[in-house]
Amino acid sequence: MYFQIMEQIKRRIMVGDWAEGQPIPSIRQLAVDLEVSVITVKRAYYELEREGVIVTQPGKGSAVASSPGLGARLREQELEQHLEQASRIASQLGIPTKQLLGRLREAGDRVAEKDKELI
Amino acid sequence: MTDFAVELSGVSKKYRYFTLDDVHLQLPQGQIMGLIGANGAGKSTTIRILMGLVHQDAGEVRVLGHRMPAQQVAAKWDIGFASEDMRLYETMTLSWHMSFIRSIYPKWDATYAQLLLKRFGLHAEQKIKGLSHGQRVKAALLLVLARKPKLLVLDEPTTGLDPVARHEILRELTAAMADEGRSILFSSHNTQDVEQISDQITFIDRGRIIDSMDKETYLDRWRRLRLEVPLGVELRPLPGIVGVQRQGRLAVATSNAFVPDLAHAYESAGVHVQRIENMTLEEIFVANVEHNREEVEA
Repeated sequence: MYFQIMEQIKRRIMVGDWAEGQPIPSIRQLAVDLEVSVITVKRAYYELEREGVIVTQPGKGSAVASSPGLGARLREQELEQHLEQASRIASQLGIPTKQLLGRLREAGDRVAEKDKELI
Repeated sequence: MTDFAVELSGVSKKYRYFTLDDVHLQLPQGQIMGLIGANGAGKSTTIRILMGLVHQDAGEVRVLGHRMPAQQVAAKWDIGFASEDMRLYETMTLSWHMSFIRSIYPKWDATYAQLLLKRFGLHAEQKIKGLSHGQRVKAALLLVLARKPKLLVLDEPTTGLDPVARHEILRELTAAMADEGRSILFSSHNTQDVEQISDQITFIDRGRIIDSMDKETYLDRWRRLRLEVPLGVELRPLPGIVGVQRQGRLAVATSNAFVPDLAHAYESAGVHVQRIENMTLEEIFVANVEHNREEVEA
């Protein structure tokens, strides 16, 4: 469950609602805001700190890490995870990398097509 | 003062057809504990014992530092208790109940009570007999919350509620936890509620505690492994696996003590691990009760 909270926090950073270096709510406050248990938020903060996404200073609370381009890095990570997942499924299905690349190009074309329809 | 809001050790109670057996549990102050179990598992008996309403045959019970049942009068000033069998006076209004409680408990917070009335969509001048089940539950909760007790003990607070009322109640319970000195113990067979708001989980089945620990650690230990067993490979039992369901070459193994080494052990035995999935508390609940009953019966 803490994983979902981590995702939500990362998303806030990605879209820029939580800027680099900005103080974030205390564990207890965020638990109240999100209507989840304190322990879930505590675990999410702990994991985010290990990933270098947030920093916690004793007595001062937590803040988004002041590392330039953090939002972009998180987006990059998200893309990487999806690519790894696709590659794993392809290997289970016995699809060679070259073929997977072709399929990715096709998927790109389909997305472009759908986006055009929306406009 | 103690660090535990509730502490039970070696608590037993024997009835003719039901025995609560050697119950140990600890709720640290400032946390929410969800007590989960099937109907008749012993949740309500445990709650009645810690409220001093039923006296244990053996074992020690401490609530907010007070020994129960001996010191229950002192303890109850700071405990807010709500359960289904607590009745409000049918012919009286909610407002009458509010002044009644206010006259007994000096810590009654009138501003907070007004806020809760609004948030719960209740009308103070309405008589109890005209209220729906959901409104009664909310009214009872308002009456205990506005007293600002250090410990809230709630027996099945969300049972029989519609999704909106359930959400309103869960929101008030988590909001109450903004105060670090507060603790909540509630029972439920709605695993979704427990998963969402609890810090501690206690599983009870047939009068015994199966597990009691912090929720994230607990959820983390359970995993479902989707396996592909090639022809000619034998699927051997591994430590940490509590159940296996097999259909042809596919198998699903459930673990209650997952470590990445478990997946490696399958791979080195020639079994392919296709996916490792997290489980919801609902799925864990069922798997745990089944596994535990098999063990008891074996």
